[in-house]
Amino acid sequence: MAKAYSPGLQIRQRVLHASRRLLPIPGDVLVKVGDRVTADQIVAQTFMPGDVTPINIANQISVAPAEVPHCMLIAEGEEVHVGDILARSNGIFGFFKSETRAKTAGTIESISHVTGQVILRGAPMPIQVCAYQAGTVKEVIPDQGVVIESEVTFLQGILGIGGEAFGTISFACENKQQPFTDDLLDESMQGKIVIGGARMTGKAVSRGIEIGVAAMISGGIDDEDLKEILGYDLGVAVTGSEHIGTTLIITEGFGDIAMADRTFNLLKEREGAKAAVNGTTQIRAGVLRPEIVIPLEHKTSPDNKTRQVNSAGILETGVPVRIIRDPYFGLLGEVGEMPTELRTLESGSLSRVLEVILDSGEIVIVPRANVELIEG
Amino acid sequence: MNSTTAKQLDPNQINVILATDCGSTTTKAILIEKIDGEYRQTFRGEAPTTVEEPAADVTVGVVNAVTEVGELAGRKLIDDNGEIIRPAQGDTGCDIYISTSSAGGGLQMMVAGVVREMSAASAKRAALGAGAIVMDTICSNDKRLPHEQIQRIRELRPDMILLAGGTDGGTQKHVVELAELIAPAKPQPRFGGTYKMPIIFAGNQEAAELVAEAFDDDVKLTTVANVRPVLEMENLAPARDAIHDLFLEHVMAHAPGYNKLISWADAPIMPTPGAVGNILQTIAEQQNINALGVDIGGATTDVFSVFNGTFNRTVSANLGMSYSISNVCASATLPMILRWVHLEMDPRELRNHIKNKMIRPTTIPQTREALVFEQAVAREALRLAYIQHKEFATTLKGVQQQRTVGDTFSQNTSGASIVDNMKLNLLVASGGVLSHAPSMNQTASMMIDAFEPEGMTVLAKDSIFMMPHLGVLAQVHPRAALQVFERDCLIYLGTCIAPRGLYRAGKTCFRYHIRSKSLEESGEMLCGEMKLFPLDENEQAVVTVEPSRGYDFGNGPGKRTEFKARGGKVGLILDARGRPLVVPTSETDHLSELNSWVEELQLYPEPALTEV
Repeated sequence: MAKAYSPGLQIRQRVLHASRRLLPIPGDVLVKVGDRVTADQIVAQTFMPGDVTPINIANQISVAPAEVPHCMLIAEGEEVHVGDILARSNGIFGFFKSETRAKTAGTIESISHVTGQVILRGAPMPIQVCAYQAGTVKEVIPDQGVVIESEVTFLQGILGIGGEAFGTISFACENKQQPFTDDLLDESMQGKIVIGGARMTGKAVSRGIEIGVAAMISGGIDDEDLKEILGYDLGVAVTGSEHIGTTLIITEGFGDIAMADRTFNLLKEREGAKAAVNGTTQIRAGVLRPEIVIPLEHKTSPDNKTRQVNSAGILETGVPVRIIRDPYFGLLGEVGEMPTELRTLESGSLSRVLEVILDSGEIVIVPRANVELIEG
Repeated sequence: MNSTTAKQLDPNQINVILATDCGSTTTKAILIEKIDGEYRQTFRGEAPTTVEEPAADVTVGVVNAVTEVGELAGRKLIDDNGEIIRPAQGDTGCDIYISTSSAGGGLQMMVAGVVREMSAASAKRAALGAGAIVMDTICSNDKRLPHEQIQRIRELRPDMILLAGGTDGGTQKHVVELAELIAPAKPQPRFGGTYKMPIIFAGNQEAAELVAEAFDDDVKLTTVANVRPVLEMENLAPARDAIHDLFLEHVMAHAPGYNKLISWADAPIMPTPGAVGNILQTIAEQQNINALGVDIGGATTDVFSVFNGTFNRTVSANLGMSYSISNVCASATLPMILRWVHLEMDPRELRNHIKNKMIRPTTIPQTREALVFEQAVAREALRLAYIQHKEFATTLKGVQQQRTVGDTFSQNTSGASIVDNMKLNLLVASGGVLSHAPSMNQTASMMIDAFEPEGMTVLAKDSIFMMPHLGVLAQVHPRAALQVFERDCLIYLGTCIAPRGLYRAGKTCFRYHIRSKSLEESGEMLCGEMKLFPLDENEQAVVTVEPSRGYDFGNGPGKRTEFKARGGKVGLILDARGRPLVVPTSETDHLSELNSWVEELQLYPEPALTEV
């Protein structure tokens, strides 16, 4: 067998890319098919039912739960303001009445005669979805959202922190091997997507947050630095909801590791362009990798290299790969021979292996599971 | 065929059985055939699971895996329409087809109960026993404010909710209160759209109507018998059955291709862990033993135990060897992991390695150092999962106890763990890092270090992870399931003999005498020592041990004990490191002892010249 499947990160200079922008619950779509949209334009919105506050009226006015409906001064479905009297007990012979007031505003959703509990629902919360990717509305999914399509330069990282961000591409490092340190950042980078080279230091991240950069992208990061930035040790690679003040994307992995040549050069080509990034990562079933989406200004003819984004590729002789495990972690090369028989590794395990002809010309043998394709 | 009922088949007419397990990443198919009157597992095939795009149909992966089995077996199992051929005729088809599934993350549930230690604990046991991952347990005394509980329910997207609380005829108020919290939270199911959230009510039966009143038409409420009808008793079966039914009717029916798979299967499709629990219970019952099984995966670790007939299962959601490896290191701490590493390693590099494995979970260790480190992490993941299991598998809490004068000095309370290492007879390992370890000695060593078995314990591993298949088979053909389990499923590693009692440097721990066809050995074990004696799979040895004062093999401290030990691929292991297992505090002593264990158990032999 000379072919095998291996997942890889996508690094594409020009690709027709579509983003699905959906509401978590049904709502209104604000654009129509064919509309041109900008990255920060709101394309769909809805209202989420408000927060719920349970109030134990029976306890508060010292009556039996069954009496609560009779003591309520506000009926189900009616609005309540802070300070309104919700319920009043009958007292003894009309004296010693006790009452309770609302501490939050909302609408009375239910009054229970079994538990004496009243459910107060707060005002609906608006939820808006922006276009994220500048482009054309290709499809409207009624009540749910839209699909936006455009030709873009598309790159995936290996791990991100934080969610979506927008800005222009700006460079801090001069080459892919240069560590991304705090002294390379200045005030002019505020609101920009700043590209580094090799390891991004913890101090650089702090400085980036201080300046207010939109996102920081580099080859590697140290585990200790990430722990300090987050305030906890990242246990599973499910990220995107962090609010650290910026979005981080690591393209290669943990440690002193330079950004892949192709990634660095491609970003360099698009320096000054407007881009959208998303640090959301989910390394579980249904993998999500962080991404950098840089829309292209002009549409090209269909016969050029524009292709649909493909999530898996074929591992075969001649394709470029990155080794993703020790002892050759981070090295790049191309696939040489792919022997079919199992080989015994130094660890003693039996495994399918392949040859990698490194950029230096050296040939190394590694398990097939320990390489990933560099797609593009 | 109905989704929830098995076809009535005459077991004597079943000669060829096809079983699949649709996992998150791979679908594994096995063929079981009747050979000379006995059921044997004969062929195995696997293919990637196809629940996600582009195939988005689980049966595509099933057909691929089954085709591979068919090609290996020289038996045509799939017809021209891409369906499984039944019944078997000559070299074509099979008599029954069964399946389990954990694809798409398995069954994810939320559990609610009034008191955490009582009804909520029972409800959680029912959910876990049915093979679910419990995302959260909401209860009246979970120290969260009601609005925080509601917020949590809103954030979760479970496949279903199990609500329990109150004994039958007891107070109704608290369980209705819980229902009133869940209803307005309007929990959103994972599969969205037209799917109605299934809620199972298994609490005070007299409160059923009031609970029903609390919910509107957005949910599908099912009422079953109370999981805790009285404080002194648990009744988990009806809730478990309801979970299985709803899993098929709602959850699986919404997953791509499952309707077709359900119609193909001759028995209800079970969640994978539920099936594993099933076979372990069957074995423990049939052989009248206490058994413990563990399945360590990339993201989670499942522990199953049967002690004195009581079954328990726990899922440690974030203890695993790839996706969750970083969490294992965060929970266990690096020094605890490094106590199992006999080679010099740089801690900073190791921390980065761990994170790199987390973000690229499919890689495998190429070097000996990487293997040693991964196996050290596995020991800690297993140890932590086992601690969680012991804390969960307890006697019922809240039961009134009568004490006599004799109990004056006894500290026993309700809610004590029923897991007792001294009473454990069989320890079964499965999951990548244990099943695919380059040497079985490594598997045995990881199991002993993590679980610390006491007295005599037989060690085994699931050869090709076929316990799920056999769990479903046990429902339709228990005899076939047992025969295959005994002959083909388990690979016996051997027996571990270890006393309970603390390590005392330089002291004698016990004296031993071993007698078998091929062995006649006797000697003395110093504290901290391990010894391995080869003992063939088909052999048994009589082992007599005389512990020093303070050490106990099950007959009491210092009492002579005799065991009949079973052989295996590894052999007989004598372990005098003491229990609980504590490694020496001095770095030099620790390394010297660690190296002696590695050497004695022949864990990491020097690499041969041909290796890469």
